[in-house]
Amino acid sequence: MVDVTPITSANQVRSSGRLEKVPPAYWVMGVILLVIPAFVSPFVMYQLMGWTFILGIIALSLMFLGGYGGMVSMAQMAFAGFAGYMVAIFGDSAITGISQGWPWWIVIPLALLLTGVFSTAVGWLAVRTEGIYTIMITLAIAAAFFYFTRQNYDLFNGFQGFNSVLPPQLFGVDWRGPYAFYYLTLFFAVLAYSLVLYISRAPFGLALQGVRDNPRRMAALGYNVTAHRVAAYGFAGLLAGVGGILLTWQSSQISPGTVGIGPAIDILIIAVIGGLRHPIGAFIGAFIYVILKTFSVDILVNLGLAGERFQLVIGLGFLVIVFFSPDGILGLWDRFKESRNRDPLTGQNKGDSPL
Amino acid sequence: MSDASLLTKSSSGQADSGYALELRDMSKKFGALEALSGINMKVRPGERRAVLGSNGAGKTTLFNCVTGDFPPTTGAIRFFGEDITAFPAQERIRRGLRRTYQISLLFNGLSVLDNVYLACRGVSRGRFSFARPRKSDALMQTAEELVDTVNLNEVGQTLVSDLSYGQQRQLEIAMALSGAPRFILFDEPAAGLSPTERTELVNILTGLPGHVGYIIIEHDMDVALRVSDMVTMMHNGRIFKEGKPAEIEDDPEVQALYLGGGSDE
Repeated sequence: MVDVTPITSANQVRSSGRLEKVPPAYWVMGVILLVIPAFVSPFVMYQLMGWTFILGIIALSLMFLGGYGGMVSMAQMAFAGFAGYMVAIFGDSAITGISQGWPWWIVIPLALLLTGVFSTAVGWLAVRTEGIYTIMITLAIAAAFFYFTRQNYDLFNGFQGFNSVLPPQLFGVDWRGPYAFYYLTLFFAVLAYSLVLYISRAPFGLALQGVRDNPRRMAALGYNVTAHRVAAYGFAGLLAGVGGILLTWQSSQISPGTVGIGPAIDILIIAVIGGLRHPIGAFIGAFIYVILKTFSVDILVNLGLAGERFQLVIGLGFLVIVFFSPDGILGLWDRFKESRNRDPLTGQNKGDSPL
Repeated sequence: MSDASLLTKSSSGQADSGYALELRDMSKKFGALEALSGINMKVRPGERRAVLGSNGAGKTTLFNCVTGDFPPTTGAIRFFGEDITAFPAQERIRRGLRRTYQISLLFNGLSVLDNVYLACRGVSRGRFSFARPRKSDALMQTAEELVDTVNLNEVGQTLVSDLSYGQQRQLEIAMALSGAPRFILFDEPAAGLSPTERTELVNILTGLPGHVGYIIIEHDMDVALRVSDMVTMMHNGRIFKEGKPAEIEDDPEVQALYLGGGSDE
């Protein structure tokens, strides 16, 4: 069971909606993210930052389930891919025999709606299990979805999937341009992050954390534990769906490779690297993962090793982080803050009584 | 100490049999072990009853059957005239039944106030609300008042995992008092409390509004007899004596079995 540090209590939260209550670190980070395109290359914006935000959103959906709900789902990438497939099937792609070419304002809500239904159905099955069995059943569903997309040619176009799946030309902007795509993904990342943070302090979010801590007591307080868990899957599926649509637009294609077992495990790795204690962990994990995945080939080649062994570097990075901090980068940060607060002579926290 | 305004009568609208809680020939078996056998009990609305007995007598099992943590093997449970035997736990809670636990079952990752707020929200609408509670939220104010009632206002924002054992027991009581309870089951609420905290507990229990009845399991005889109108003695899963506190205290059989005159343990 994951122990999530609550950001604040419900009482403190009531007043934190005001802009002046937003911590200074958020303002600083916001300004940096807004102006960074002026200083970095299009590659960094599109490939590194854009991909970070997308994977961060999908990992955030896992953080929501795992961190707040105590349910580790391996099916989040399947939900993301499902949304991508729905956009390709109902919208435009190069596979004109399957793609319906419907307008974006129908396709996107429809894709998210169907993804919500899919994730709720998976949740309805998965919440009957706990712990490792939840991981197993969601992994089985992810694997089944991967093989289904690969073998179904009528709807999912089999092994090849769909290409030329592009974002709509809204407001006359090419949303696949590096700058536009950076701000598009940033917008949805901030939206998803804020939404998760907001809901974590709403009755549903608090109830979900109560279910995580003590489902038996929650039932004894009048809550329908199963319904809360299933609803959490539905919401997390929607989040993953948003990430999946952006991922499809970024690579302009969706195929079974996107929803394979490897990508499903990668989302878990991202969430664990960052830490499940706070929503920001998903984006920290995604950033580290993207950096490792993008540059590990160059590092290996420069060291005279085979570039195709880049997964080894990612695996080693994962091992090092988990070895030193089982609760990810956020855990390291917490320990660093704690050590700074400790009196070097007595070893006690400065706020504690000497007795 | 307690605030009667927090415990207003709920309007259930159910047919009233005259009893708040009625157990009819209830039994519970775990495999070959018969934890409860032939339990018949009638508790009137507003009545305060102590259930006493040695460890293993079946007291907590009795509570678990009443609250729906697990179903009785045979028999029926009626709550204010309504048969709730087959109801899930949350439906019983929504009808005004509350309980505290022998071992604190709290939400360690949340603050004291959040715990009480969840308890208040559990029996009201909006359990699935995605909107944060506003400053004027009535349930939040009720939660703050309940935290104050059990003298935990100074640690309202503290994580439950950082509370002392005694504070956790007080929080259990605050949660049991949430949402207009009609009947409360207290499972050893004084266990682990200091003498001062026990006095506060007695004040809280005796200060509850008259329409709120309860059953208390308690090993501290001083607490149990001071806060109850009736006493039920249990032994080996059966009820073997019922009476007023003074009668039970003076009963030689009870004294022999429970009050220091020897036990089967």
